[in-house]
Amino acid sequence: MSPGDLAALVLTLKLAGIVTALLLLMGTPLAWWLAHTRCRFRPVVEALVALPIVLPPSVLGFYLLVAMGPHGPIGALTQALGLGTLPFTFAGLVLASVFYSLPFVVQPIQQAFAAIPSGLMEAASTLRAGPWDRFRSVALPLAAPGFLTAGILGFAHTLGEFGVVLMVGGNIEGETRVVSVQIYDHVEALEYGAAHGLSLTLLVLSFSILLVLYARRQPWRL
Amino acid sequence: MRLFLFVVMCLATSLTQAAEVKVAVASNFVQPLAAVAAVFQKDTGHTVSVSVASTGKLYAQIRNGAPFDVLLSADDETPARLEAEGLGVLGSRFTYATGVLLLWSADAAAVDVEGRVLSQPGSGKIAIANPRLAPYGRAAQQALTALSLYDHLKSRFVMGENIGQTFQFVASGNASLGFLAASQVMLNGKLKSGSAWRVPARIYAPIRQDAILLKSGANNTAAQALLRMLRESAARTIIQSYGYE
Repeated sequence: MSPGDLAALVLTLKLAGIVTALLLLMGTPLAWWLAHTRCRFRPVVEALVALPIVLPPSVLGFYLLVAMGPHGPIGALTQALGLGTLPFTFAGLVLASVFYSLPFVVQPIQQAFAAIPSGLMEAASTLRAGPWDRFRSVALPLAAPGFLTAGILGFAHTLGEFGVVLMVGGNIEGETRVVSVQIYDHVEALEYGAAHGLSLTLLVLSFSILLVLYARRQPWRL
Repeated sequence: MRLFLFVVMCLATSLTQAAEVKVAVASNFVQPLAAVAAVFQKDTGHTVSVSVASTGKLYAQIRNGAPFDVLLSADDETPARLEAEGLGVLGSRFTYATGVLLLWSADAAAVDVEGRVLSQPGSGKIAIANPRLAPYGRAAQQALTALSLYDHLKSRFVMGENIGQTFQFVASGNASLGFLAASQVMLNGKLKSGSAWRVPARIYAPIRQDAILLKSGANNTAAQALLRMLRESAARTIIQSYGYE
C-alpha cells in the first residue's frame, strides 16, 4: 500500500469517526423527539431525515456544492462567520457526511426509543425520578442496542461514501481524498493492481464491521 | 426476380439510411459533438447516440464489451492502445480536434489577457482536472511547471475527476480560477461569459484528440459516415467555433 493509499485510509477513518460521534450527539435528541412527539409535522421531519437513503449522492452532492459555495445560503453563513467556504475542506466533508448518514443513525435510535414500554417510564416517574434521571437510567440502557446499531451503521455508511465526496471534495490529499475516491482514481488511471489492494482492504473492513453488528443479534455470541 | 431484387435493394437502402451510430465521447467534446451531430442527422438521416464519460472510463468500458461504434477520445494514446489491442479498426485513427487550454474565471474582471493573475498573490482555489487522469489536467500541470508556478500554487489546487467537473467547480464560484478546455466556455469563437487567458500552446504538449472506429462499428455505415464528416470542412468549422485548433 502506497503512502497515498495509507493517507486516504487514515483520513476516511477519521472522517467516519468524527461524523459518527456528531451524529450520535445530534441524532439522539432528534430521535427522542420523533419517537414521542404528536406534532403534525412529524411525518415531514421523518421524510426529510430519510431522504439521503433514496436520493442519488450526485443530487445531494450537487446541492451541497451550490449551497456551501460563495453564493449559497450555507456559504453566506460561513463567510459571515469568517470561516470562508466549506467545499474542498475536511469540515465541508464532515457536514456533507452528517447529512448523508443521518437516517442510518437516527432511525435505529428512534425505533429503540419507541420500543420502550411507556409504563416503565411512568413507573420511574412514580419513584420520583426526574425527566433527565428517567432518560439516563431507564431509556438509555434499554435503547443501548439501538445506539450500537446506529453507531455501526453510521460509521460504515460514511466509510463507503463516494458520490457526495466526489462532488464537494476536490480530491485533495490528506484533506478530502478518501479511500473510495483514491480507488476511483486508481481505476480511472488503469492501475488495477493498486485499486484491488485498497478495495480489498475496504471490503474486509466493512464486512468485519457489519459482522459485529449482525453477530450481536444472534442468540449465541461470537 | 427483378422486382424482388428491387425490393431487397430498397430495403437495404432504407436500412442503411436508418442506421444508428453509438458514439463514446470524452467530456470536453460533448457540446461540439451535439452541434456536429445535428447537422449529420439532418444531412444523412442516420441517428447518433452519445455516451459521455472520461476517456479512461470509456476505455475500460470498451475493453469490457461496451457496444460503442466510435470513440472520440480526449487524447491520442487511448485510441492507439485500442488499435494495438485489436479493439479498434486498423488505420482508422485520426486527430479530429486539438485541444486549447484556457485559464478561466466566472468573474468577468478576474483574469487578464496575459494570465498575470497567476503570479499575483491570491488565496482562491484553482481548479484543474486531475493530471493523473485527464489530458487537460496534464497540460495545466505542464504549463504551470513551464511558468515555474506549479509548486507555488500547488496548495491552492482542487481537482476535478474530469474536465466537466473542473468546470463545475469554477462555474459555481467555489474555485476562483480554473484550467479548462476552451470548448467549455466558448461558442461561435467567443467567450460565453467570465474572463479567460489562452495559455500559450508552446508551454504544454499539444492535446491531440483522436477518433477511432471501434471493432463493433466496423461495418456500421453511419459510423463511417460520421468519421468522414468529422474530417470535412463543415464539421471543422463547427469544431473550431468551440475554440479547438
